[in-house]
Amino acid sequence: MDKFGFSILKGRHIDYDSNDRSVADYISSKEPSFNVCIECGCCTATCTTGNFTSFSLRELQILLKRGENDKVHDVISKCMLCGKCTLVCPRGVNTRNVITLAREAFKLKIKNAV
Amino acid sequence: MAGKCLYLIILLIPDMEGKVVVIGAGAAGMEISGQLAKAGYPVTLLEKNTLAGGHVRNWYHLFPDMRDSMEVIHYLDEINGNRNISVHYGTEVSDIQKKHGSFMVNSTDGTYYEADAVVVATGFDLFRSERKEEYGYGIYDNVITSAELELMFRKGEIRRHDGTIPQKIGLVHCVGSRDEKVGNPYCSKLCCVAAVKQAMELKKHIPSSRVFCFYMDIRMGGAHYEELYRESQEKYSVNYIRGKVSEVSENIENRLIVKVEDTLAGRPLKMELDLLILMAGMEMSKSGLALAENTGLKTGENRFFAAADNHTGSNRGNMKGIFYAGTCTAPMNITETISHARAALPEVIDYLESRKK
Repeated sequence: MDKFGFSILKGRHIDYDSNDRSVADYISSKEPSFNVCIECGCCTATCTTGNFTSFSLRELQILLKRGENDKVHDVISKCMLCGKCTLVCPRGVNTRNVITLAREAFKLKIKNAV
Repeated sequence: MAGKCLYLIILLIPDMEGKVVVIGAGAAGMEISGQLAKAGYPVTLLEKNTLAGGHVRNWYHLFPDMRDSMEVIHYLDEINGNRNISVHYGTEVSDIQKKHGSFMVNSTDGTYYEADAVVVATGFDLFRSERKEEYGYGIYDNVITSAELELMFRKGEIRRHDGTIPQKIGLVHCVGSRDEKVGNPYCSKLCCVAAVKQAMELKKHIPSSRVFCFYMDIRMGGAHYEELYRESQEKYSVNYIRGKVSEVSENIENRLIVKVEDTLAGRPLKMELDLLILMAGMEMSKSGLALAENTGLKTGENRFFAAADNHTGSNRGNMKGIFYAGTCTAPMNITETISHARAALPEVIDYLESRKK
């Protein structure tokens, strides 16, 4: 198989085993509703920030669950905490708290506390 | 002659042993009534409406084979032609009382019916779509329900409110299902395939139209559902967009604007539509809920009647001698409803026969 070059470039795949999922673990320990998202995208569709920027809560939370933290770290601050996503979520996810906890986790991470 | 007289006398003697009252003359109630009557038990069938057949009467073509729903109604009418069944229309049951081992089934108009066993087949109500206010049902004229679309199919005319023919049509899955915000966390499981069916029929009626289904997950768990889904893509070019609609509004030209995230493309999506159909989910019926409360029948998490045993006793509940048939226990399609009702037959007979001993 080596001859066919059957491998995925490092930068392309989610390296699930080596990725750091401590931010997601931190959120789900404090806000268990984080776990019940079904990726319906209702939050992103209604999002005020998403209307003007590429911010997508649905995408961010799945990235955190896969340990792709770098992609989240820089954009998580864009959310204005208006709470429309919490109003529409059919699974009852406390999305606003998820954002707050993600920000908190990133701060703690800098201090190596997560 | 003497034989005939004897026969008449036997018919006139009120036989309290094995008398069954069935509540609700929808598919489930009609099926179990027919089966009980065929087995020789006298049945009193109580129906709150003026017609039998329940919701089936409101549908046009049935998935997965697109047969006319009237064929099912004819089958049900036929098995209910048995002389052992007496049907009472316009009779809504308020409660059931147990007295000395038999039952008194009380109707809201003050009459009561005696029974040795009762089968509850109170069915379901469609989710009232106006409760999902952000979808605009009852606010915008061109937002309609899946049930209203069936009536349009029956009439043979698919029209917008202003009489024009819609060219761009959306169907929203999971309206009142899988939604904590309206208190219905469960899946109604039929709306997905009903949407596929309706999307195909829309294309048949208006070949020039474009049809879009907005879904969270496509659940095609029934016989021939997946094939129907594929056919809708292959033959009818129905479009599927994965995302839950967050809100609907109307522009100045009276066209609807749907806001959704196209989750597979990873981008918010806006679309103008001429007509929007809300796939209303199934809820425990109001009359079933009232009956549960007044009688002490247990309901489960999703407000449907709770089964004595989820796997082996879904026709029984918490009161001996009161049985369940059909969608008063869970969302079911017509096939499942009829099978579930039929499955109540040995349960009822076992109970009636054990009382005789």
